[in-house]
Amino acid sequence: MIGDDMEKSTYKDLVKKHTPKEDSLLNGGIAFIVGGIMGVVAQLLIDFYGYYFSIPKSAAGTFMLITFIFLGCLFTALGFFDKWVTFAKCGLIIPITGFAHSIMSAALEFRKEGFVTGIGANMLKLAGTVIIYGIVSAYVFGILRLILGGAV
Amino acid sequence: MIYLNAFLFCGFICFLGQMILDHTRLTPGHVTTIFVVVGAFLDTFSLYDKFILWAGGGALLPITSFGHSLIHGALMKASNLGPMGLFMGMFDLTSSGIIASIVISFFLSLILEPKD
Repeated sequence: MIGDDMEKSTYKDLVKKHTPKEDSLLNGGIAFIVGGIMGVVAQLLIDFYGYYFSIPKSAAGTFMLITFIFLGCLFTALGFFDKWVTFAKCGLIIPITGFAHSIMSAALEFRKEGFVTGIGANMLKLAGTVIIYGIVSAYVFGILRLILGGAV
Repeated sequence: MIYLNAFLFCGFICFLGQMILDHTRLTPGHVTTIFVVVGAFLDTFSLYDKFILWAGGGALLPITSFGHSLIHGALMKASNLGPMGLFMGMFDLTSSGIIASIVISFFLSLILEPKD
């Protein structure tokens, strides 16, 4: 009996979650603007680091990525990031902050279970897919490039 | 001008991700994985390098640049050493991102409590 009720209510929730399609454009607009602002800040940081430390652009790009990763980890740990993600969605998930967020939240979540079986075993639980498919696809495409395009 | 390009490029990629997320049943994990594979594919014939020249930080920030730098490092080593270079150079450019995320989140998870 209780199980039936639960099933109905979860079914209703699912229907409610999937029916409104009209604000998908609004979500897309928010993601576009937030993502665009992140891109502009990234370029500003590259110019700033390149000018201030007088380093080449590639090194400044790495510094910029590390800055964003640090901010993503910090705000995830402080608890703000999840609220921002529910507002901006892909505007924060697609940039590298989403990668940092997935590692940091897994580390925080499994921290209770100890250092080895908790943090060590589960830290890359969500980010592992990105790393693994990135490596496999890069390898396959690299072979393809070597066969088709010759020397780089 | 590069700031406008960065805004448009990064915003467009986030918009695409949001559209995929809204109109299919894929989770954010699927979407980021798709974008990494797309980034690796775009750099197979050095297309993504042009995006980086055009949009600067706007092209380096999205997760597509992760796939780009994986294959870029691998191909750079492969140009000297042949196919075996693919194994050696894969992490040359990406290591900073992965190592920074792991080290920073490890130490922050020691210091800070999870807040729910």
